[in-house]
Amino acid sequence: MALSTNRTVNQLLKPLTAAISATRCLSSDSTSIITVESSLPFTSHKIDPPSRAVETSPNELMTFFKDMAEMRRMEIAADSLYKAKLIRGFCHLYDGQEAVAVGMEAAITKKDCIITAYRDHCIYLARGGGLYESFAELMGRKDGCSKGKGGSMHFYKKESGFYGGHGIVGAQVPLGIGLSFAQKYSKEEHVTFAMYGDGAANQGQLFEGLNMAALWDLPAILVCENNHYGMGTAEWRAAKSPAYYKRGDYVPGLKVDGMDALAVKQACKFAKEHALKNGPIILEMDTYRYHGHSMSDPGSTYRTRDEISGVRQERDPIERIRKLILAHDVATEKELKDIEKEKRKVVDEAIAKAKESPMPDPSDLFTNVYVKGFGVEVFGPDRKEVRATLP
Amino acid sequence: MAAIIQGIGTATALNSTNSLDTNKTLFANSRRSLSDRKGRFFMVRSDGCLSYGLNGHGGRAEKLITNAVAAKEDTAVAYTSSKPGHELLLFEALREGLEEEMDRDPTVCVMGEDVGHYGGSYKVTKGLAPKYGDLRVLDTPIAENSFTGMGIGAAMTGLRPVVEGMNMGFLLLAFNQISNNCGMLHYTSGGQFKIPIVIRGPGGVGRQLGAEHSQRLESYFQSIPGIQMVACSTPYNAKGLMKAAIRSDNPVILFEHVLLYNLKERIPDEEYVLNLEEAEMVRPGEHVTILTYSRMRYHVMQAAKTLVNKGYDPEVIDIRSLKPFDLYTIRNSVKKTHRVLIVEECMRTGGIGASLTAAITENFHDYLDAPIVCLSSQDVPTPYAGTLENWTVVQPPQIVTAVDQLCQ
Repeated sequence: MALSTNRTVNQLLKPLTAAISATRCLSSDSTSIITVESSLPFTSHKIDPPSRAVETSPNELMTFFKDMAEMRRMEIAADSLYKAKLIRGFCHLYDGQEAVAVGMEAAITKKDCIITAYRDHCIYLARGGGLYESFAELMGRKDGCSKGKGGSMHFYKKESGFYGGHGIVGAQVPLGIGLSFAQKYSKEEHVTFAMYGDGAANQGQLFEGLNMAALWDLPAILVCENNHYGMGTAEWRAAKSPAYYKRGDYVPGLKVDGMDALAVKQACKFAKEHALKNGPIILEMDTYRYHGHSMSDPGSTYRTRDEISGVRQERDPIERIRKLILAHDVATEKELKDIEKEKRKVVDEAIAKAKESPMPDPSDLFTNVYVKGFGVEVFGPDRKEVRATLP
Repeated sequence: MAAIIQGIGTATALNSTNSLDTNKTLFANSRRSLSDRKGRFFMVRSDGCLSYGLNGHGGRAEKLITNAVAAKEDTAVAYTSSKPGHELLLFEALREGLEEEMDRDPTVCVMGEDVGHYGGSYKVTKGLAPKYGDLRVLDTPIAENSFTGMGIGAAMTGLRPVVEGMNMGFLLLAFNQISNNCGMLHYTSGGQFKIPIVIRGPGGVGRQLGAEHSQRLESYFQSIPGIQMVACSTPYNAKGLMKAAIRSDNPVILFEHVLLYNLKERIPDEEYVLNLEEAEMVRPGEHVTILTYSRMRYHVMQAAKTLVNKGYDPEVIDIRSLKPFDLYTIRNSVKKTHRVLIVEECMRTGGIGASLTAAITENFHDYLDAPIVCLSSQDVPTPYAGTLENWTVVQPPQIVTAVDQLCQ
């Protein structure tokens, strides 16, 4: 199990930081390169894994910390809002898995596409979404990112290549294959990250999509966020083969420690290069969620509280980055605490603003069902009859 | 889409919540019209602006011409061009429409089983793969759920895929993708994504194809919000509807029929694009309105010959647009004849006829002199035996009997 192997993480980190003397930097020089080794070596299937040494910079480490702190605060705030009945329906929280979102974002551009399932709040933030739009959408207000009509499971941001936000388990993977098909069709040099969970990994449409992607060398990267529980069922109860990165058979795969943002970044960079040249690749992110599957699931009926707090102590992604920052003298303990306080404030402000924002208009019930205007100009064969372009 | 919120009598402001009278107003079909006795109504378009009209035109400068094709079944389409036109079969007309659109717009692509190298199981895409390449006319594996999802994902980025289901019945496997992603993504994303996809394929009862290959999927798809459905029946409207569907920014499901692919007709040489939401006046008449679509149009026209000999003058309308219904044309017809017969191939329960009956009764009740009669297939799986299969589908003698009873 993932827990036992990660007890060595802390032991790894300490001697490493002492060893990296040549690249020790001053906190004022924020573009210098720091090389860090990832917590675990990458395990791979039918491909040579990338090196464990990840290049990063103080700027990047601070960005990771800030973004993850914001995401963590947002998810916790969403938890309280749900309990206060301001958020209704389903609310799937991502805290614990933030490293995947920030690591991936660091390796790619906004022209690359990301599509994911319903645990999408933090990925929306990573793609450039705003806190106010997120909370407004969660509370069903007009200013939400989907105008209040989507809800927690339907966050989208077209201009940054974030394609959502999908409620049905596994249905987003064929869509992701379609996004990569369009990228290949238009000859863009970009890739698509189609994310899904260990529960969705047992869906047939995934393998259908993988077959097509491999057949036509589409630049698709399938990312399995393996948090070891598919809804309320542990992975060993649901999957005969829990090695999700090997499930692709003829498609190469890489298993990554999903709680290490730098390892995620390295893997995504590697995967992007691979996908552009050779077609699809599967990344399995070994990660963990602290909350239950959704707000209606306490999260403790199928796993012990010891397990959850164990992971929080040993593998928490924000703590790892904090230790790295402190070890490399990028910032002081106080500065980091201040950042966290500031993020708390920013999140609270966004919530307050979103609480005041207006509900959608009743007429919004009918907008956006069809694209405005059926949009076709119709004409007869002799073009003499003038026909209307329908409203 | 023009969302119609009806305010009877005095105008009601758009923003007041009491203007939504749920019994009457939440009606998703366009151009809803009322009898003149009910007075004016206000039409709210999807862009939120209020327009006012009696016929649903909303005061447009260009008049909507509704009698798109007023042609008798056995004569050529009426047009005033000098070129002679060319004769072709329905599947060739579909191919011509598809090819013209692919020439015109490089984002149009085709995907489906056997569409590329094999040339299409009904030859609709024959010759396209050598011309446009393997990526643009894509042979997919037999995985309807995922290649339909793939088409929808590609459409989200701006491509215009045409997804072919080898038989409409197979698209049941892709129902999740069609319903949740294709139909709803424009709404749930707050308008960020449009899905200009066309999903087409043959359906309907063929010649002893068996239960699973004789399905009428229009009845299952009709309540998915956000999609449009059209059914073609002649080479002329097949080509026009194919072109319109590809050009439309909304997801369109184009229903073809297995038995109609070899119909021959002379169609114009010039380019033409038909209206997706419009019904076709097949035969104007006075006594009874017969509403039909797809293959049943031919059964109705055959019955019409008998009816004319018996002294009736039926008005036959091919509704073509299954979602939304062209209530404008239907209203004009019902106002004239006061009797309606619906002839369809769907099953009795929950078919297009059932929805159409409800729509007409709800809107045009005052015009009707007799209850609407709906002839549909039986609520049974389509049997293999030829005689039994004939009994599940509506036959011309049944249509004649129904008109007799209706016009008594």
